[in-house]
Amino acid sequence: MLRFLVRRFLGAIVILFLLSIVTFLLFFGMPRDPGLLMCGKTCNPTSLANIHHVLGLDKPITTQYWIFLKNLVMGSNGFAQGPCPAPCFGYSYHTNDQVWATLIDRLPTTISLTLGGAFFFLLIGLGTGLLAAWKRGTLIDKTATAGAMVLSSMQIYFLGPLALALLVYQTHLFDKPAYNNFTANPVSWFSGLIIPWVVLSTIFAAQYTRMARSAMIEQLQEEHVRTAKAKGMSRRYVFFRYAWRGSLIPIVTIFGIDLGALLGGAIITEYTFSLPGLGNLAVQAVFFSDLPLLLGVMIFSATMILLFNIIVDACYAFIDPRVRLA
Amino acid sequence: MKKLEGRSPGQLMWIRFKRDRTGVVSAYVVAFFFLVGLLAPLISKLYGKDPYTVYADERPELFDSAGVPLQPNGGISSQFWFGLEPGNGYDVFTKLLYGIRTSLMISVCVTIATVLTGILLGVAAGYLGGKPDYFISRVIDFLLAFPAQLFFIASMPVVVSLFVSPTDETPTYVRVVALIAVQWFLGWMSLARILRGTSLALREREFIEAARVSGASPWRIISREILPNVVTPILVQSTYMLPGFVTAEAGLSYLGVGIVEPTPDWGQMFSKASTELVMSNDITYMFFPGVSMIIFIVAFNLLGDSVRDAFDPKTAR
Repeated sequence: MLRFLVRRFLGAIVILFLLSIVTFLLFFGMPRDPGLLMCGKTCNPTSLANIHHVLGLDKPITTQYWIFLKNLVMGSNGFAQGPCPAPCFGYSYHTNDQVWATLIDRLPTTISLTLGGAFFFLLIGLGTGLLAAWKRGTLIDKTATAGAMVLSSMQIYFLGPLALALLVYQTHLFDKPAYNNFTANPVSWFSGLIIPWVVLSTIFAAQYTRMARSAMIEQLQEEHVRTAKAKGMSRRYVFFRYAWRGSLIPIVTIFGIDLGALLGGAIITEYTFSLPGLGNLAVQAVFFSDLPLLLGVMIFSATMILLFNIIVDACYAFIDPRVRLA
Repeated sequence: MKKLEGRSPGQLMWIRFKRDRTGVVSAYVVAFFFLVGLLAPLISKLYGKDPYTVYADERPELFDSAGVPLQPNGGISSQFWFGLEPGNGYDVFTKLLYGIRTSLMISVCVTIATVLTGILLGVAAGYLGGKPDYFISRVIDFLLAFPAQLFFIASMPVVVSLFVSPTDETPTYVRVVALIAVQWFLGWMSLARILRGTSLALREREFIEAARVSGASPWRIISREILPNVVTPILVQSTYMLPGFVTAEAGLSYLGVGIVEPTPDWGQMFSKASTELVMSNDITYMFFPGVSMIIFIVAFNLLGDSVRDAFDPKTAR
C-alpha cells in the first residue's frame, strides 16, 4: 500500500510539473503579450515597458518559468507587493492580493458546496437507483428511469437560473444564495447554500440513479449472486450484501472523479449563484486576464483531480479484496 | 419461398435499429434539430424576421421602460411566435433557430476533429505498439489530468489573442475557431484510448497476421483491415460525444467566454436568461433555450443507446 501511494504521488508530481509548464507556456509564452492585455486600450510604449519590467516579462520565458518554480517551492521576497511565503504563486495582477492566500480564502466556499452537494446527490441518487433496481420493471422503476434520463440531460445553466427565478426573484421564498461562514452561523450557512446544493445534486443525482440501477442489475445477474439466491438467502441479504458491494466499484470511480472535479471549482454552479468559490475566481481571473491567479487556480484544480484519482484507486483495495495494489 | 440472402453487419444493424421504436423516434427528433439548424436562414426568411433586429429600438411600443415585453408570456403574439428577448428585444424564434445552427455547427466540427484525431492516434498507438504507443498513451494520461472546463475558459482568451490584437474587436469566426480548437484539444483522448485498446486486440488476430504474411503494407492493414473493425466504437462513441460538446460549448458561451452578442448562440441565450432582468420579471424567455436543449440532449442520448444496442445486441441496458 505504501509503495503504491509513493509511486502514485511521484507520478502525480511529474504530471503537475508538466502541467505547470504547459499552462505557463500557454499563458506567458504566446506570441501575444500578456502585458498588452493588462495595458488595455490606452497603451503607450512606456507604460507597456514599465508593466513588462514590473511583471518580469522582459526576461526570457525559461528564466520566467524558473523564477515561477523557485518562488513556488521556496517563496520569495522579490515582489513589490510584499513578501510571498511558499507556496508562492505570486501576486494577482488585478487585485494585488497574494494568489495563494486568495485560493485558501475561496476554498471553504467550494468545499461547502461540494460536500453538501455530494451528500444530497449520493443520498438521493443512490437511493433512487437502488429502489429502481429492487422494483425492476414496475411503475416505480420506469418513472425513476425516465425521470433520471430527463434530469441528467438538464444543465445547471438552465436549472440554476430557473430555481433562482422561481424561489428567489418571483416568490421571495428564499434569500439569494450566499456563502456564510459555517463556524460563525451554521443556520445561515445552510440556508445560503441550500438552493445551489439542490440544483447541483438534482443533475448529479440523476446520473447516479442511472449508474446505480444499471450496476445493480448487472451485478444481480452475476453467478455468485445467483448462487447465493439458490442457497436460499433472503432477497434483501443478497441485494445489499452481495450485489451492492459488487456495484460499488464503478460508483466509487465516478464519485472520486466528480468530487475531484467539483473541489477544483464547480465553475458554472458558482458563477450562476455568484458564490465566491474557486470556480468563480477562475472566471474572474479570465475576465481580468489575471494570469498568476489563473495559473494558481489551474494547478490547484489539477492537484485536486490527481489527488482524488489516487484516493479512488486506493479505495478499490478496501471495496474489493481481490484488488492488489502494487 | 423467400430467397436466402447474406446480410452484412451494417444491414443487420440497420434492421435491428429500425425495430427499436425509441431509437427511431429520437433519430427523427435529432434530425429535426439538425434540419432546423441547416434551414435556419430559409425558415427565418419565410417567417420574415432575423435575429439581429433590435426591436427595442424598432418597435419601442412593445416594451416597458426596463426593456421587458409588455405583452404577457414574454411578448408571444401571432407576430412574434416565441416572444421577444427582454433587453434588446431580439426576436426569440429566429434567435433560437440561428442559435441552434451556431451551436450544432461548432459541435459537429469538434466531433469530426476529435474523431479524426482519435482514429489517427488511437489506431497508430494500438497497431504500431512499442515507442509510439508508449508516447501516445502518456500524452493521453497527461491530458486527462487537465481540469477540462477550467482549461477551456482559461485558454479561450489566449487562443483568441493569437488571431487578433486585444485592442481590436474580435470577429465571430475567430471565436468559433477558438471554441473548436480548445474543445478538440481536450476532447479526443477517450476515443483514442478506446481505439487503442481495440486495435491492440485486433493486431493479434489471425486475419491481420494473414494480411501481414501476404505482404500487405502497414497502411493497407490499417485502412483495410483495422478501420472497418473499429467503426462500431467510433459511431457509438461519437453519438455520446456530440451532445457533450453541445453542452460544453453552451456552457462556455453562458460564462461569457464563447460566442457573444449579437451572434445568436444557444448557450449565449442561457446567459441572457440568467440576467436579473429576466429572472425578476417574465421568465418565459428562459424556457425556449432550456426546453429545446433538454429535448435535444435526451433524444441524442436515447439515440446513442439505440445505436449501441443495434450494434451490440448482447449488452443489456
